Amino acid sequence: MIPELGHFSLILALFVAFAMGTLSVVGGQQGRADWMALARPGAQALWLLTAISFACLAYAFMTNDFSVLYVTQHSNSKLPDIYRFAAVWGGHEGSLLLWLLMLCSWMMAVSLFSRQLPDVMVSRVLGVLGLVAVGFLLFMLITSNPFARLADIPANGQDLNPMLQDPGLVFHPPMLYMGYVGMAVPFAFAIAALLNGRLDAAWARWSRPWATAAWICLTIGIGMGSEWAYYVLGWGGWWFWDPVENASFLPWLVGTALIHSLAVTEKRGLFRNWTIMLAIIAFSLSLLGTFLVRSGVLTSVHAFATDPKRGVFILLFLAVVVGGSLTLFALRASKVQSGGKFTLVSRETLLLVNNVLLTTAAAAVLLGTLYPLIIDALNLGKLSVGPPYFEAVFVPIMVPALLLMVIGSWARWKTDSVAELSKNLTPVAIVSVLLGCAAPLLAGPWSALVALGLTLAFWIILGSAVQIYRQIKNSANWNSTPISIWGMHVAHIGIAVFVIGITMVKGYETEKDVRMAVGDTVSVGGYTFRMTGIRTEPGPNYSAEVGDVELSKDGKLLRVMHPEKRAYFSSSMPMTQAAIDTTLTRDVYVSLGERLEGGDGTAWAVRVYHKPFVTWIWAGCLFMALGGAMAALDKRYRRKVAASAVKITGLAA
Amino acid sequence: MKPRHKRVAIIAGGLITLGVAAYLVLNAFQSNLVFFFTPTQVAAGEAPKNRTFRIGGLVKPGSIKRDNLNVTFVVTDTAKDMNVSYTGILPDLFREGKGVVAQGKLADDGKFTASEVLAKHDENYMPPEAKQALDQAELKKIVKTIK
Repeated sequence: MIPELGHFSLILALFVAFAMGTLSVVGGQQGRADWMALARPGAQALWLLTAISFACLAYAFMTNDFSVLYVTQHSNSKLPDIYRFAAVWGGHEGSLLLWLLMLCSWMMAVSLFSRQLPDVMVSRVLGVLGLVAVGFLLFMLITSNPFARLADIPANGQDLNPMLQDPGLVFHPPMLYMGYVGMAVPFAFAIAALLNGRLDAAWARWSRPWATAAWICLTIGIGMGSEWAYYVLGWGGWWFWDPVENASFLPWLVGTALIHSLAVTEKRGLFRNWTIMLAIIAFSLSLLGTFLVRSGVLTSVHAFATDPKRGVFILLFLAVVVGGSLTLFALRASKVQSGGKFTLVSRETLLLVNNVLLTTAAAAVLLGTLYPLIIDALNLGKLSVGPPYFEAVFVPIMVPALLLMVIGSWARWKTDSVAELSKNLTPVAIVSVLLGCAAPLLAGPWSALVALGLTLAFWIILGSAVQIYRQIKNSANWNSTPISIWGMHVAHIGIAVFVIGITMVKGYETEKDVRMAVGDTVSVGGYTFRMTGIRTEPGPNYSAEVGDVELSKDGKLLRVMHPEKRAYFSSSMPMTQAAIDTTLTRDVYVSLGERLEGGDGTAWAVRVYHKPFVTWIWAGCLFMALGGAMAALDKRYRRKVAASAVKITGLAA
Repeated sequence: MKPRHKRVAIIAGGLITLGVAAYLVLNAFQSNLVFFFTPTQVAAGEAPKNRTFRIGGLVKPGSIKRDNLNVTFVVTDTAKDMNVSYTGILPDLFREGKGVVAQGKLADDGKFTASEVLAKHDENYMPPEAKQALDQAELKKIVKTIK
């Protein structure tokens, strides 16, 4: 009964979304206030229906209702409660439902926090989002119904993929989806502006906090995914340039370009078309990511069962969204007036360069991700593009971006002088280079790449620090500086922290695969690991071989680490659970490989790592997200912009 | 600076960036494309010497031999077999009789030294490369019986 209620509520949601989407958009075009008034309650009703549907699926999981096919495939009565709940999005159908719930939650948020916006704008934005929801509801109901029942009810479920039985599953997908789907909001704002035919500073100001909010979720989601892969896969890597990772990284790159371009559009009224274009591209890449992950064209932990119907549907949907919005763009964008003037040396130019670099990087990553798929689709053979390609392309594009980041945040709008800038920045540059070249000497063998990475990081940190100092010194009341300025500095310092993490890990990590029997020792990066025992321990739904490994440095015992190899009862798939000892400046990492035959039989293949500064990578992501949050909370986004609101309503008809 | 000069400067800057990016991309592309071959193709000498490529198929039952961290096994597409050696820790789902994809180089003696053995993430999942290798071998057999 409950699953049917969930299914019914999805069907109802389809009708509500269709009616609400069409009426809101058409009402906005024809200036019908009664139709426009439906947008907010419609969005809220849609959220309620989706939430009911989601709750029904969660209920089926919590009560072990194995008459539902999806529950049978992804759960088991022995599965711990928290994973039984998270298993709701542990497969294709449920993760789509989560996607939809997130989309409706964003709609709900827009309907609640848009009091300062003119009604016609809200109506169009919610209408466009409603139509996007129609696409996903159709997709679910036609190809991926999570509530399908089984005629023969099995005694127990097939269990959740052991790799997903981890706290990471509870947080990573919802956060990442919030980010993915959140890109639909600036997209809807862009479409609304195109329908309106007016893209002014007010529009950019409305759209900006939403784009930033989506970007924050995406940043945290990607960071969490990276950390999850780091500790659960037992390979000790934090980024593999796997197509699925790239699928989330692409909207992030374009989203980053978008939030910078929006700044120019808001402050100076420039780059309007470009901003609109970026909003469309960012959302299209989110959809493309969904296609890549959900259609089964990729080999990955994220790829679920293959069904060609699904791939075709998403491709069609993608074509409609991208084609439709680009057509609208072509029709309307030419009418947009260009804004004010700026000179070659100005913040505008530097932000333009930032945008060019970020989109170039995104294009290069996109090429590397799609090329193997295209070649395969054309039957020209199978090939893959490895991480070296991405590193070779990505790093050189990002170096100038990092260099210009400081200059860009320093330069004045409209025009600035080279002499003035260099007078201020030369000391910062000199100190950064000196520190950057000296620091590797403390850390280990000197290398040019490490020196370059650290120089860039110091350049960003010092550049921001000097600016913060001046800001405080020059303003009578430090409170008068808008919080978004502090947010910018925090996010930029986050990039520097991230760069330090990557540079140190790439430069100084050490890895060893060794055979270890009880009593054996191995040394890595100045740390000594001694295997003192290995025993079998039961878990709730698995049995684990747990190693006892003593970690010591300079003869002093630091702690005992417990890497695990788990065998789950419901599948023959073993799982590696690495033991990690983390401090601010390094991780040491032990994971069990496999039992090695011969000898006394208790020997194991063991992988040990020493990774300096690896946590800085994720700390950097958190700083970026924090900076974004500060920027999005700026007071000016909540102020009612009465003057432009009147103009827009007047022009809408 | 006149607006016209500014525009020229911006366009020139954009073109230079694009040019550099295109150069980087093509350069990196050239050297980092990893092609895939089936054991049958390798046996027919189609695979390159001294260049990294991928092979795929099934791990032949009974073929895994371990000497501490050195492992040798046979990858088969049911038509032809291939000896593979690897040093290090194999992924959790590496099993006899299951699909596998390995990346590495071919030595002159026909032995494939893998630098990477790719993991699957689900026990029921067959890597598409491995599946293709099996399908092609199957197809050839059918064609032969018809002849």
